[in-house]
This record gives sequence, structure tokens and C-alpha cells, in this order.
Amino acid sequence: MKALSAYPTLLRVGFAGAVAYRTEMLVWMLTMTMPFVSLALWSAVAADVPVGRFDQKSFVAYFLATIVVRQLSGSWVVWELIQEIKSGALSSRLLKPIHPLVVYSAGNIAAIPLRVLFAAPLAFVALASGGAQLPHEPHVVAAFLLSLFGAWVITFFVMVIVGTLSFFIESSMSIFEIWLAFFMLLSGYLVPLELFPSWVRAVADVLPFRYTLGFPVEVLIGMSDDAAIARGLAIQLAYGGGSAVVALVLWRAGIRRFGAFGG
Amino acid sequence: MARYLRLLLLQLRMSIALGAQYRWDFLTQGALSVVWTVLGLVPLYVALHSRPAVAGWTYEQALVVVGWFTMLKGVLDGAVNPSLVLVVEHIRQGTLDFVLMKPADAQFLVSTARFEPWRAIDLFAGVAILVWAFRLIGTAPDLSDIAVSTLLLVVAVAVLYSLWIVVVAAAFWVVRLDNLSYLMSSLFDFGRWPVSIFKGAVRLFFTFVVPIALMTTYPAEALLGRLAPASAWLGVAGALVFALVGRFVFTQAIGRYTSASS
Repeated sequence: MKALSAYPTLLRVGFAGAVAYRTEMLVWMLTMTMPFVSLALWSAVAADVPVGRFDQKSFVAYFLATIVVRQLSGSWVVWELIQEIKSGALSSRLLKPIHPLVVYSAGNIAAIPLRVLFAAPLAFVALASGGAQLPHEPHVVAAFLLSLFGAWVITFFVMVIVGTLSFFIESSMSIFEIWLAFFMLLSGYLVPLELFPSWVRAVADVLPFRYTLGFPVEVLIGMSDDAAIARGLAIQLAYGGGSAVVALVLWRAGIRRFGAFGG
Repeated sequence: MARYLRLLLLQLRMSIALGAQYRWDFLTQGALSVVWTVLGLVPLYVALHSRPAVAGWTYEQALVVVGWFTMLKGVLDGAVNPSLVLVVEHIRQGTLDFVLMKPADAQFLVSTARFEPWRAIDLFAGVAILVWAFRLIGTAPDLSDIAVSTLLLVVAVAVLYSLWIVVVAAAFWVVRLDNLSYLMSSLFDFGRWPVSIFKGAVRLFFTFVVPIALMTTYPAEALLGRLAPASAWLGVAGALVFALVGRFVFTQAIGRYTSASS
């Protein structure tokens, strides 16, 4: 409960931090060029004949939507966590009477308003491109916002899981890179999942990666019907809850070991 | 000249010694860079395989571009970016003064400060992709084509390096940007595909301003034996211009360097 009452203040602090380092943040956002690289390839492919149900316009909508979703559901807690565990800076966070994960999450969420500023023009272009049926029924809009939050929850807690691994092993960053590689492939980030052979799609449907990016994107550009949305949200809930539990268990075990370093 | 060659070998040996301390890292990083290379092939395969030529490139021909891209990516991550990260760190902490005091050319010292030897794996991966692509095509490239494309490889490395030195110079003015190297890598990602899939202003940008076309598409076209000789000479001239501009900007920037303390 104490954490809850402190949360607004934490958000304010996080927002101030984000504003202070706005140039850095902008550069970070600009590094997200991969969707444009993919877009260039696919719109050249679709120049003459559409691919599946994607024509050039819907590729524009799709890849701009991936940027929007990734900006709004992104987290960087894994870098923060690994660095602070290795340098020992985590000790000072542990002294505070509030769970460090709560502080990290506030820092991540507080950056979202600035990210919206960046994502808004892209969202507008995606809308104007004519390739998307943006949702206007209230329940789909609500579902999109939920799916965005679900994507953030999964991303955040998976990052915490990998981050806490560095309590136990040296090379947790490499593990995160492996996660990232699977993410690129199976989330719909590089290639819309629909364009893969059906067995790849079946695998991607079961694994968590799609629910951190591809699913909200599909909801946003109107590629999912109500049944698919409901099913996706349910899977997100399962993965979100599961990753949160694993993260908290690992965190507890890790903290005990961290004490052994003598801080 | 001989002195600088000796110095280069010394810096290289130090980087290798440093890298050899972390053998486990060496293995995992090497394995990971192979994973990333294979991953980069997936979109190309899904998009172009068993489809008629897109923007003048078939799947096999586009593979040649990816081969060049992989090799240059190895150069960028192994020989160019590590030093960039180090310089920005030096500027921020004010320790660049110690580098500047040494009795050798500052640009040389700064550019050879660190190498990551395991990135050599990318070079092998790139060559493997090239060999594979030509096996799919079914013909071997002519010797003269190989010679031209090797020349263009030198050109590409020169351009890459010059762009990088300009980025370093920018760090003298805007110290806080320690993610500049990421920005550069992500711009370079556009070199994955043949430049002709881009249209209009974007293609002009990637041909003349940040000449990624020159780095990956031209050598690939040379290897396929379809690059106009004029383009090759234009590439060489462009690289010279870029190198001179890089040198000029760097000397200007270092003249304005005021250290971190005051």
C-alpha cells in the first residue's frame, strides 16, 4: 500500500528524468530504424502484386504500427538491472523502503508521455496512408489499450527475469540477446507473421513473443476480429501473470545471494 | 609510416590480449553474431525467394548484397565502433587529454584504440554467404570482377571510417550522446538490401549523403559483373572526398576541444 501511495511521486520523478535526458531519448528512438528497413523491402516486393492480403499501403500501416507499439510498450529495465547488479549500485536501492521493481516500473512508465510525442506523427501517417482500418468502436479501442499494457507487462517482467539472472551468472546479457533474436523473428517485428508458412505461425501463436508486439499491432490496424482479440488478451494475461510470478521468485532468491557479496 | 604500422600492430595485439581474457565471452559473442546473421537472412528469404525479380534483383543476387553487408558489419562492429565508444567515454571523463599528449597523430591513436577480434567471424560468415549465393546462381565471378569488388571493399571501409570520424567529431560538441554508435549501426542496417528498392529522395540520400549504396550494393554489382566502370571510379573519388572531409572535420573539432574539467 505504501508503494501505491508513493507511485504518483515516483512517476513525477521518472518524468522529470525523461525530460532532462530528452536528447538522449530522442537518439534512442531514432535508432529504431529496423521497421523502416523492413518496410522498404516489403513495399518493393508489393509494388506490383500484393503479398497475401498485404498491399503496399497495408505494409506502411503495419510497420509504422510496430514502431508505435514498440515505443509505447518498451522497457529498458534489463540494461538498468544488469548494470546495477554488477556495479553494486543496487545496494542503495535496496536500502529504500520501497521495492526496487516498483521504482523501475515507474521510471519506465513515466517515459511514455514523451514517447507518445514521438509516436503520434507516425501513428498519424499510418492513419493517413489508408492501409489501416483503425479501430473506432469503443470496445476495440479499449482492447488495443489493454493489449498494449499486456505487451508492456510481459516485456517488463521478462526483462526483470533476465536481469535477475545476473545475480547468478555472468553472461545474462547474452541470454537477453537470444531472447531479442527470437523476438525479432517471431513477434512480427521483421516480417508480419501472416507471411510465414503456417507451421511457423502455429509456433509463434503459442510462444510469448507475438504477444509483446504483433498482437497489439494487429488490433491497432484492424487485422483481428473479436474472437481473436479475446483469445489474444487471455494469452497475454497468462504470460503476463506467469512472467511476473517467475520474476518475483527469482528476485527473492537473487537478493539473498546479492547479500552474500557484502554490498 | 613504418612507425605507424608498428603502432597499429601493437594496438591490435593489445586488443587481442584483452579479448583473450574473456574466452567465454569470445565464444558466446561469436555464436551470437552468427545467429544475427542468419536472422537477417530470414526476411530476405520470405520476401524474395521463389518470386520474380524485385526492383531488378532476384533472391540469389540480393544474397550477394547481404554477403557484403555482413562483412562490412563485421568491420564496423569489430574495428570502427569499439573505438568510437571508447572515445566518447574518454571525452566524457576528460581522459582524452592523456591520448592527445602522446607523441603520435591523435586521429590515428583514437581510431585504433580498440578492436573486437571475434568480429572476424562476421567476415567469414560474409564470405560464406557470397560463396553460397554464387553456388545458387551457378556461375563463378570473373577474376576482374573480383578485383574491382575488392577495390570497392577498400573504398567502402574508407567511407565507413570517414563517416565514423565525423561522428566522433560531433561528440566533441555534444558530449552526452553516448548512444551515437547505436545510431550509426542502425543507419547502416539500411545497407542490407540493394539500394534500388528505395525510391526517390531516400535513394539519393543513401547514395550520396550516407553512401550505403556505395558500401554494399556497388561491390555486389561489381561481383555480379554488372557495375558500370564509371560508377566504380565515382566510388573511388567519393571515398577520397569523404576521407578528406573526415580529416578536416576531425582536426577542426580537436582544435575546439576544451577537456572536461574546465
